[in-house]
Amino acid sequence: MKHKTRRTLNFWALFSAPALWWGTVLLVPYLIMLSISFYSRQFPFHVPDFQFGNYAILLQDSQYYDVLMRSLWISLSVSLSAFVLSYPLAYFLAFKVRSERMRLFLYTATIVPLWVSYLLRAYTWKTILGSEGILNSFLMWTGVISEPSTIFLYNQGAMIVTMAYIFTPFMVMPIYASLEKIPVSLIEASKDLGAPRFMTFLKITLPLSMPGVLAGFTFTFGLSIGDFISPILVGGPYSNMIANVVATQFGMAMNWPLGSALGVVLLFIVLGVITASDKLERVGRLNMG
Amino acid sequence: MANILELSNVTKTFRGGVVAVDDISLDISEGEFLTMLGPSGCGKTTTLRMIGGFEYPDSGSILLDGQDVTDNPPYRRPVNMMFQDFALFPHMSSAENIGYGLKIAGVSRGEIEERVKRMLDLIELPDMGARLPSQLSIGQRQRIALARALINNPRVLLLDEPMSALDAKLKETMQIELRHIHDRIGITFIMVTHDQTESMIMSDRIIVMHAGRIEQIGSATELYDHPKSAYVAEFLGTSNMIPATVSKDGSSLMARAGDLSIAVDDDGSGIVEGSVRSLFIRPEKIRLLGDGGVAYDGASVFTGKVKELFFSGNAVRIDLDVGADRPLMVHHQLDTGLEQAGLPMVGESATCSVRPETVRLFDIAEVAAVEAEGVGA
Repeated sequence: MKHKTRRTLNFWALFSAPALWWGTVLLVPYLIMLSISFYSRQFPFHVPDFQFGNYAILLQDSQYYDVLMRSLWISLSVSLSAFVLSYPLAYFLAFKVRSERMRLFLYTATIVPLWVSYLLRAYTWKTILGSEGILNSFLMWTGVISEPSTIFLYNQGAMIVTMAYIFTPFMVMPIYASLEKIPVSLIEASKDLGAPRFMTFLKITLPLSMPGVLAGFTFTFGLSIGDFISPILVGGPYSNMIANVVATQFGMAMNWPLGSALGVVLLFIVLGVITASDKLERVGRLNMG
Repeated sequence: MANILELSNVTKTFRGGVVAVDDISLDISEGEFLTMLGPSGCGKTTTLRMIGGFEYPDSGSILLDGQDVTDNPPYRRPVNMMFQDFALFPHMSSAENIGYGLKIAGVSRGEIEERVKRMLDLIELPDMGARLPSQLSIGQRQRIALARALINNPRVLLLDEPMSALDAKLKETMQIELRHIHDRIGITFIMVTHDQTESMIMSDRIIVMHAGRIEQIGSATELYDHPKSAYVAEFLGTSNMIPATVSKDGSSLMARAGDLSIAVDDDGSGIVEGSVRSLFIRPEKIRLLGDGGVAYDGASVFTGKVKELFFSGNAVRIDLDVGADRPLMVHHQLDTGLEQAGLPMVGESATCSVRPETVRLFDIAEVAAVEAEGVGA
C-alpha cells in the first residue's frame, strides 16, 4: 500500500506541471471559446447567454459556407501540392543519396526555412510573383512576355504556392521518416520476384510510406486551414479563409460570439481530419504489424 | 551434369577500394546444393548478390544456362533469393506474399490461388495463407519466404544465411527440412553461411572462401578430412596445430614434437627432412587407449599427461600435455556415463593412438597467419 502511495505521488510530481500547462493554455481557453460561442450580442458588447443563434447565422448566411468551402479547397490544394513536391524529395533523400553527410546536409537545408519567420517567407513570394518581381523580370528577359503581368500575385494560386512552400518541411519530414524505415531488402525482394522499378514503387514503397504521407497531409492540411497571413499578403480579393473571418469577428466586427462559433467549427474540422487520419493510420499499422 | 551457372573471373571492388570478390571462377551444376562458406567479409554474400543481380561485377561474367546475365537486373534473370531477414512484405498476407511473383508475371487469379495453395502444402503451412507476416512465428516466416522464392520455379534459388534468425533447435530441424525440399523439387540451391556445421549437413559441395577468393571447393568429407590449406583445416571443425620436426621413416614421414612421434602419410608434396611443420590432428581422430582399448594397425601410439578435462554432455574434451609447445586436445565421445568411461584423471597419464591418414602437415607460417586472423577460434 505504501508502495502504491509513493507511486501515485511520483506520478503527480511528474505530471502536475504538464497537466497544469495543458489545462491553463489549452483546455480552459477552448472552454472559454465554447461558452462565448453561445453568448448573444448587444453591439458593441456581448452578454452571457445560452442560445444557438450564432451557429444559426453560420448555417443561414451563405458567405460563411462559401468561405468554409474555399478554405477546405485551398487547404486540400496546398496539401496536394506539398505532397507532389515533397514525395520525390523525401524519396531522393532516403534512397538515392549515398553519402550520410550529403543526406544530412540536404535534410537540414529542407528544414532550415522553419527557422525563418513565417511572415518573411510569405513576403518573399511577393518579391517573386509581383509585377516588379523576379518571375516577371525573368519572363521579360527571356522574351516570353513584353510587359509585366499581374496574374501571378494576389489570387488563390499565389496563396497555394506560398503555403505549399512554407509547409513543405512538414510534409517532407514524416514521409522521409517512413521511407527511411523501409528495409532495402523489401525493395530488392520485389525486384527479385520480377517487378521492375516502377512496379516495385507502386506495390511496395508507396503503400509502406502511406503512414508518413498521411501524417504529412494532416500537418499540412491543419496548418493551411488555420492560416490567415498568406491570404492577407498574397491572396488579394476572393481569397479570405475561415481564419480571416474569425480574425475579423474578433477585431473590426467586434462580434466575439460569432467568431467563437466559427472557431469551434474550425476546431471540429481539424479534429475530424486528425481522427480520420489516425483511424486510417491504425488500419494501416494493423496491416503492417 | 550440365552447368547451370558459370562464373568467370568475377571481380567486385566496393567504393573505398575494398576488394570484396577477387577473380572468382566457378561452375555450378544443375540440381546441386552448393554452399559458400566463410567468415564475414570473405566475399560470399557479394558473390551471391551478384548472381541475384543486386550487385554488378566490375569485371568477369556470369552465365546462366549459357546466357550472359552479368548486367541483367534482378527482375530479368530466372533466379530467386531468400533473404536473410526474409523480407516479407508486411502489408500483404502470407498468400499474397507467396503469390507476388505470379501476380507480377500476370498469371491468372485462379492459377495463382492454386499454385499458392500447393506451395503452402509444400512448406506444411496449409492454413496460414490469410495471416500477415507479423502474425507468424519466425520459423513460419522463413517457410513463407522460401515458398515465395520458389513459386516462380527459378533456375537457381539463392539463400542468404537462411538460418541466422532461428534458434538452435529450430535451426537443426529446418536444415534437414530444407535439404529434403531441395531433393524433392530438384532446383539448384546456392546458400551462403558462416556456420560450418550447417554447410556440411546441407550441401553437396562447399566452397570455402577467404578474402574474396576461393580457398577450396569440395564435398564436406573432402574439405573436412582432406583440407588443402591450413585455413580450411582451421575453419571447418576444430583442430590441433602443433609445431613438429619432420623426419623420413622409410616410405612415410614422422613428425616429432616433445613426446609425440606421429606417422604421417606422405602426400608427395616434397617435405624436406628436418624442417619444422605444423602437425594437424583433429581432436576426435585421437583414440584413448584405456582398459582394453586397441590401436588401429599402423597407428602411432603416444602417451601424455592429462592437464584438464571438460565435460560437455555427450563428449569429454581432454587437454594432454605431451611435452610440445602447446597441449594436445582430444575429443572423446561418451558411449557410457562419465563414471563408467574409465577416463584418466587430471595429472594421470593417458595413452592414445592416431592413424596416419588422418594427420597432415601444414606450412608453419601459413598456420601462424591463419591463427593471427583468428579463424576457428
